[in-house]
Amino acid sequence: MKPEPNSHLQALSQAIVQGLVDEAGPLAEKALDAGLKPLQVIEQACVPAIEEVGRLWEAGDYFLPELIAGAEAMKAAMTVLQEALKSSGQSLKSAGRVVIGTVEGDIHDIGKNMVASMLRASGFEVIDLGADVKVERFVETAEREKADIIALSALLTTTMLNQKRVVELLVSRGLKDRFKVMVGGAPVTEKFAREIGADGYGESAVQAVSVARNLLSGRGGKHD
Amino acid sequence: MTEEVLRPRVRFLSQQAVEQIIEESFELLEKVGLFIENEEALKLLADAGQKIDRAKNRVFIERGLVEKCLKTCPPEIRLYDLEGSREYLVGRDEVHFDPGSAAIKILDSTTLKEREAGTSDLVTLYQLVETLENLDFQSTALVSADVPKEMADIYRLYLGLLFSRKPFVTGIFRVESLKPMLDLLVAARGGEKALAEKPLAIFDACPSPPLKWSRLTAQSLIDCSRLGVPSELIPMGLTGATSPVTLAGTLVQQLAESFGGLVICQLARPGAPVIFGGSPAGFDMRKGTTPMGAPETMMIDCAFAQVAKHLNLPTHAYMGLSDSKLVDAQAGLETAMGATLAALAGINVVSGAGMLNFESTQSLEKLVIDNDICGQALRLVRGIALREKPLAVHLFSELGQDFNFLVLPHTRKWYRQEHYFSSVLDRDVYDTWTALGRLDIFQRAGKEIARRLSLYQRPELCREKAGELRKIMKAYAASCGLDRLPEVPGLKE
Repeated sequence: MKPEPNSHLQALSQAIVQGLVDEAGPLAEKALDAGLKPLQVIEQACVPAIEEVGRLWEAGDYFLPELIAGAEAMKAAMTVLQEALKSSGQSLKSAGRVVIGTVEGDIHDIGKNMVASMLRASGFEVIDLGADVKVERFVETAEREKADIIALSALLTTTMLNQKRVVELLVSRGLKDRFKVMVGGAPVTEKFAREIGADGYGESAVQAVSVARNLLSGRGGKHD
Repeated sequence: MTEEVLRPRVRFLSQQAVEQIIEESFELLEKVGLFIENEEALKLLADAGQKIDRAKNRVFIERGLVEKCLKTCPPEIRLYDLEGSREYLVGRDEVHFDPGSAAIKILDSTTLKEREAGTSDLVTLYQLVETLENLDFQSTALVSADVPKEMADIYRLYLGLLFSRKPFVTGIFRVESLKPMLDLLVAARGGEKALAEKPLAIFDACPSPPLKWSRLTAQSLIDCSRLGVPSELIPMGLTGATSPVTLAGTLVQQLAESFGGLVICQLARPGAPVIFGGSPAGFDMRKGTTPMGAPETMMIDCAFAQVAKHLNLPTHAYMGLSDSKLVDAQAGLETAMGATLAALAGINVVSGAGMLNFESTQSLEKLVIDNDICGQALRLVRGIALREKPLAVHLFSELGQDFNFLVLPHTRKWYRQEHYFSSVLDRDVYDTWTALGRLDIFQRAGKEIARRLSLYQRPELCREKAGELRKIMKAYAASCGLDRLPEVPGLKE
């Protein structure tokens, strides 16, 4: 007996929640083969699944490896689904474009990588500049890529000041209103974020997603 | 009568496991190689016939070269205090504790909040550590926020040399600081040759996990080796984040990174002193943090020392520190477990005392408490001595009817050697403790700090060298845009 469309959605959703990176792609293909529309699969399987991963993380049931595996499984499914959308002449509404990196002088990129993975999994387009990124490069890339958000990571108290320098450069070039700036990293606090004039601060990779969404929610229509 | 004393010891690896870790790290160096971002180091390796992928700065290091370098690396190092009179053996199973280094904050004694440290905090810390008898070495333990960041590394060594007799564990934050920092040491010792003969400081150099030696750290290895200054290699894999998640897997990577450092040092100058150390951590998958007080962290440290001892090299670890934010029960638990295990593992340089909050906050109170923790750990490894022969039978014929052990000359002869006396642990009876104000250990430590600081005496040699040190410091400060050095409390310049 051929499985019901619903069971395809369920299987894919479960694969993402369980972080089965190798299975998520093929399961997405199966769902399409069964006649489901790419957008329907995304909205009814993928999005609820990654939200469940986030919920399990916040509840303390999931640790970092499960969180990352969930995001990677989501990415594998989305690669298949976006390809299908493209060939049918459609495109997915981007949640927003984010230029992300660890600031100058800082080579720590674990936290930044997690935020990038979670943002990607949540429908953001992410341009990852890596670690030890010069202040100018953030701003120039954001301009060139027409980004919505610049996300700055720092692990060291000595380098977190470079987050401030990015904001200052944006102000001096009259670009502060064009990009939202969000900051994060072990020594960074909400208070520090406010002091340096950043627009958002997230304590964890999961929080970073809701912060990014909130930052862009005030810009309704821009991505439609 | 000491030949029968057992030195208590802890081991985490079987002989077979040690050999397998060594074997695999050779394989890692040959197949995956190391990323080395330093031209001079790359040239040394190329001249030694190693295969280099220039596009990626990746060097494939042959087993034969590592083995050759292991032969020229001294199995033990001797450090000397400022006067050059007291000698400290770094090797065998000798254990030396020193403060955890490069904290960016200090725990304020009054507010119990962490804050940035300034010149006067560094001076107080150095003076206090001079009085802590169970910390053999100083470390440049605090970063001073009242000077430009560009000179933060050298400034802490400068202040240290103004006030300390004990040898230093230090290191650089910037390549530019290496020369003036070495200049300070040469000045303090009275010449390059004298410094090479009697090292006054160890330089930490941390590879970047996985498998990378940066421009900065590789340069530190090369320049220190040429001057005969010992390099302490500090790999810092985080299990499951920047190194394999298994403890054994992390050990393989840590050894490969260390072999890379060892080879660079030996190529720079055969016979250069190298210490195999580390600051790995069992990465916390829930919090994304790097707990130094986790048992897994300590197991990697002890096991790595075991591997290094098998290779006949001096050892180091970041142990005896805590992730707690206050000097509380967690701080005591983690510090005591680490210091005890480190001593039992026979680790030669153990950095950690005073440190809280993942190697980022120093506390004077904790330093005083940790001095006792280290003292107790050192007592453990001195073992149970067989002081006299017979051990006890002869005493009973000397004892009268009342069996009064207190009056025996034997008691007076041995009690200080047999027992460790702490300075801040509470062993009072309840009423005395109440009469003394019902103080907890943190409060008692506060009083002890004041008592010890009142006993501190500045070494005469520090006074004599001050002018020369200041000249070097001033010149470098000027190049960093600072015309006037901050005032140093208690010094008339």
